[in-house]
Amino acid sequence: MTLALSELFFWLFSLILIASAVMVIWAKNPVHSVLFLILAFFNAAGLFVLAGAEFLAMLLIIVYVGAVAVLFLFVVMMLDVDFAELKAGFMKNAPLGLLVGVILVAELIGFVSSWVITPGMVSRIASPSPVTGGAVNNTQALGAVLYTKYVYFFEASGIILLIAMIGAIVLTLRHKPGVRRQDIGAQVARTPATAVEMVKVKSGESSVPAAKEKV
Amino acid sequence: MAGLSPAMTKFWIGFAGRLEKRSNAMEIGLSSYLGVAAVLFTIGVIGIFLNRKNVIVILMSVELMLLAVNLNLVAFSAHLGDLTGQVFALVILTVAAAEAAIGLAILVVYYRNRGSIAVEDINMMKG
Repeated sequence: MTLALSELFFWLFSLILIASAVMVIWAKNPVHSVLFLILAFFNAAGLFVLAGAEFLAMLLIIVYVGAVAVLFLFVVMMLDVDFAELKAGFMKNAPLGLLVGVILVAELIGFVSSWVITPGMVSRIASPSPVTGGAVNNTQALGAVLYTKYVYFFEASGIILLIAMIGAIVLTLRHKPGVRRQDIGAQVARTPATAVEMVKVKSGESSVPAAKEKV
Repeated sequence: MAGLSPAMTKFWIGFAGRLEKRSNAMEIGLSSYLGVAAVLFTIGVIGIFLNRKNVIVILMSVELMLLAVNLNLVAFSAHLGDLTGQVFALVILTVAAAEAAIGLAILVVYYRNRGSIAVEDINMMKG
């Protein structure tokens, strides 16, 4: 019965995943696309749980639904774009897209069905996953190899995220011309010669027009 | 099961039995996961073709393709009993997040400069 239940959930998650993926590319409104993307990620997380990768499933929800999808929503709602116009060539490209898709899926399924894992592969496992129901759970086992054996990958991921952060800030930061900002270097470098202007004022005249002319 | 009518109970028991019988024929194994991932990847590719003008949907299609790759890695990890696949899926997750951030930043800058996000206008920088 448990096997049948997990099978039922596998097909449920897979069907919703594929249906929502179709809706991501099919929906007219990009906001709906993003929401279907979130649904797709939730169902992919369900598939990950069924495969025994609980930590990755939670990470998928946190990273994708919590960060990436929200980022997409922000951008979609921030840009004032006529999406109906962007949708114009949709049907024109459909035959080519479907042709490429059918060829690709036929190749992939043909490849998967004709391919076998090397029999000696079991003895060559790099880092065995924990036994189901054992004392060590998936998160602990992943942490045990992530910070020791694969620490360089971990560090590289950190550097990639840092570069992405710096890149996004550098790309989108803009200095508005009209805004007066504090320039500490210029303030410190002020001398009496640059800061004060001596104006000779004739008696009986205002100094204001002359000062304006200088400026 | 107390609230169900006898006919419904009979249906569900029969359903479960049929599922159990079928589970011998097609067990959820590596190939099921790979099939789902292949279909998902293909949907991503088709999405790029269909929405050639809309960069946002193209970025979302790329996310779908990366998700399919992650599904493959996790399926192999579960099938072989090897955690390495999950570590690699973790790295791909990181790269996908970074890619989304940079891609959307470029999109915002492009929109500021051009006032549209149509892909066809991007070739204005050519020689």
